[in-house]
Amino acid sequence: MKARIVVRLRPGILDPQGTTIRRALEGLGFPEVRDMRVGKVLDLTLDETDAGRARQRLDEMCRKLLANPVIEDYTCEVVEGDDGRRAS
Amino acid sequence: MRFGVVIFPGTWSDMDFHHVISQVLHQPVEYVWHRDTDVERFDCLVLPGGFSYGDYLRAGAVAGRSPIVEALPGFVARGGLVLGSCNGFQILCEAGLLPGTLLRNECLQFRCQWTHVAVEQTESPFTRGLRRGQVLKMPIAHGEGRYHAEPALLRQLRERDQIVFRYATEAGEITAGANPNGSIWNIAGVSNEEGTVVGLMPHPERAAETTVGSTDGLLLFHSLLGSLVENGSVLGR
Repeated sequence: MKARIVVRLRPGILDPQGTTIRRALEGLGFPEVRDMRVGKVLDLTLDETDAGRARQRLDEMCRKLLANPVIEDYTCEVVEGDDGRRAS
Repeated sequence: MRFGVVIFPGTWSDMDFHHVISQVLHQPVEYVWHRDTDVERFDCLVLPGGFSYGDYLRAGAVAGRSPIVEALPGFVARGGLVLGSCNGFQILCEAGLLPGTLLRNECLQFRCQWTHVAVEQTESPFTRGLRRGQVLKMPIAHGEGRYHAEPALLRQLRERDQIVFRYATEAGEITAGANPNGSIWNIAGVSNEEGTVVGLMPHPERAAETTVGSTDGLLLFHSLLGSLVENGSVLGR
């Protein structure tokens, strides 16, 4: 089973990296980018067949290690089952 | 006072601390590998600076879940003292032993420079020998030293006197210009409520000999040693 976790800075946390990249885009001729914030994508392959159980465990992984709750939010998505079907 | 200097994969200020503690302060000191949880024999554990686990995921994130760090709450509850510098501070915050978190420097530069910090709190064994407002000159070397705490937490830290050091000018003024990394309220170091765990971004071990240009870092250790009482325990807050 594959899962994708997206870790993002919580709203209100200053993201100078995002600002810098936005300015670089502006310099390259893309002035329409008003705001940018940089996050992380974590792709996992799990030995699990039950999507519900997987999501519960992923949630726990995020709370214990993958996201710092002081400054980060996260979303978990189970991407596909072992048989290739999208698990939802 | 028996010191333990903790080493994680990627730690690099362990030798500097060991040198200062053994050669300058002449105290018993041992290196402790991060997997070793048998720390009863120590009075104070030091978490030095470096790039533990390459700062992967977040600085201090992986080290913060290490066996020795998981043993720290018990160590502290039994009267142990903990000092974390730079990566050590990041690790203590990641482990929840200290409040708040350290983020990428606002300027996005790695700042390797002298700083001055003003002492905000003198209740901890690490600061008891200092004066409020005293200025210490110590170097920093970090890319992720911006201290962050939500407004409610910041209020709590101020009320409970947990803010230990703030970046300041040489004259002791808290200014934006003296803040090298954008830390909220110029915070350079904090403690737990009891004052027995202290974390700071500057490097006291690199300001402990006249040849390097400052001995202000020694004052934290002098304060610590001066807090010892006759039965070998340490004066509480």
